[in-house]
Amino acid sequence: MVSGYLITILITITIYAMLAHSLNIITGRAGQISLGHSAFFGIGAYTSALFYTGAGLSFWLSVPLGTIISGIVGALLGIPCLRVRDDFLAITTMGIVFVVEAVFLYIPFFGGAMGVGGIDPPKWFGREMSKPEYFILLLIVLILLLFFDRRLERSWIGLAWSSIREDEMAAGTMGVDIVRFKVIAFILGSAIAGLAGGFYAHFLTFIMPQNFGFGQSIVILCMVVFGGIGTRWGPILGAIILGILPEISRPIMEYRTFLYGLLLVAMMRFQPGGLLGEESLLVKFFNSVGSSVRGKRIIKNASRS
Amino acid sequence: MLVQQLANGIAVGSVYALISLGLTMVYGILRILHIAHAGIYALGAYTGWFAFRLVGEFWLSLFIGMAGSALAGYLIERFLYSPLLHLPRIAPLIVSIGLFTAMEETFRIVAGPHTLTYNAKIGIGDLSLGNFKLTETQLLILIVTFLILIILWVILSRTRTGLAMRACAMDAETASSFGVNVKAIVAINFLIGSAMAGAAGVLIGVYDNQVWPTMGSIPAYKALAIVVLGGLGNIPGTVLASFVVGMAETFFIGILAIPFPRDAVAFVAMILVLMFRPYGLLGKG
Repeated sequence: MVSGYLITILITITIYAMLAHSLNIITGRAGQISLGHSAFFGIGAYTSALFYTGAGLSFWLSVPLGTIISGIVGALLGIPCLRVRDDFLAITTMGIVFVVEAVFLYIPFFGGAMGVGGIDPPKWFGREMSKPEYFILLLIVLILLLFFDRRLERSWIGLAWSSIREDEMAAGTMGVDIVRFKVIAFILGSAIAGLAGGFYAHFLTFIMPQNFGFGQSIVILCMVVFGGIGTRWGPILGAIILGILPEISRPIMEYRTFLYGLLLVAMMRFQPGGLLGEESLLVKFFNSVGSSVRGKRIIKNASRS
Repeated sequence: MLVQQLANGIAVGSVYALISLGLTMVYGILRILHIAHAGIYALGAYTGWFAFRLVGEFWLSLFIGMAGSALAGYLIERFLYSPLLHLPRIAPLIVSIGLFTAMEETFRIVAGPHTLTYNAKIGIGDLSLGNFKLTETQLLILIVTFLILIILWVILSRTRTGLAMRACAMDAETASSFGVNVKAIVAINFLIGSAMAGAAGVLIGVYDNQVWPTMGSIPAYKALAIVVLGGLGNIPGTVLASFVVGMAETFFIGILAIPFPRDAVAFVAMILVLMFRPYGLLGKG
């Protein structure tokens, strides 16, 4: 039997993996920097929490509704944001976080500083879902999302995104509708972040505006960058590493944030493509191990014949 | 009351201008969103505080604070940003965020998590004209900002270095082909911008009478909003936007008493302005 502590960490990591994956759609696939991802995470969490506690809808309805509304808000905010120049985008999306956090904090409907409480874990088959079951549900959703991502990458949308990412002007000249595809990336990314938010709300059972602040956005961005922007497994790896790191570094609690900052600097300075990105030392290492094993096998086969 | 709020708004706006100008200058020449600039601002406050403890002379400590910040800014440019310039722009942005976090933590570990009081004797006294009253620290902020802005304006518009700086901000490659030493100009930009942020740190330190590890957190994003509001890289626009935000904050929160977080005002203003002018108040396409 897995301990409660371990399962809590596993669920947290899976939620972070979804978030990192969703940001990767915007930043990695379509090449648009977003520092406002935690806002959509928060919108999803608050919407599903309020549909659950306020309107009395079940988990199975409130979470999809949170996803949809988060996607709609993503579209509404994305359209004016994507009109501006790329560097403005980083700061405008940053602004979204502050405004959304302020709305949660100052409008009584959203519970103010006290947040929203009394969100129950999901029920199925007439009983409450246990934590390991919830973890398996999240894992299945994550695998479906990654599978969907694989299909998406090879579709027209995926090709259009990579053309925009590589050279926006050239893509425009070739007839790619830049704004439309950017908005699609923004909607998909925000919707998946909202989905993660819904899961998060039903996992914590209690949410506060502070859970969705600017710091959270930075953590998500770091996971993506750490693992490798634009790769499929990089953000997942980033979520796993940065999710475990706070747990194993409890003895050096005092210096943790300091080391976290230095780690980011060192990572960008010496391995800017991320752990699984281009020119990755990790990938090179495995390739060299793989090729030397393969080489020996070829030599063995040749000597046998 | 209204005039009093006006004075507060101008004082707050002046400090914003000092912080944001460095940011906009760095952006203008390197196209980097330099979030760690707020770390340099806090570093200035800490250096100034330590210097004041050692020498007990406010004006000297202000100068030392500026010098410390300028040095830190130069080192960051030399060893962290310049090797990353060929990468996509998200790389220096992440470095900047990581560096800012590490700097804040360094202040906390070295100087302790509590606030330090910066109780300096400045020696210019309060200014009162009838009902209207400026406190000593407000007067100090106005004088120092005014002097620094004049010096900056003289450098930019009256010297060859300033001409080279403006040329690099417009097009570094072309400037380089005309014989401008772009590397030196980038370094000068960082030195001047960081010194101004350091001055802002010392001024806020004495204005609020405290220096604390996370004092840079809010300016870090607010300065970015101001810079965008003014049109990224546009120096007069940045000064204008700083005063607009400083005034808006004191008016909306201080007079109308709207229950809205003071620190979100800059972002609301930025988003509203960008809807109609996608390149900021004074920005050009």
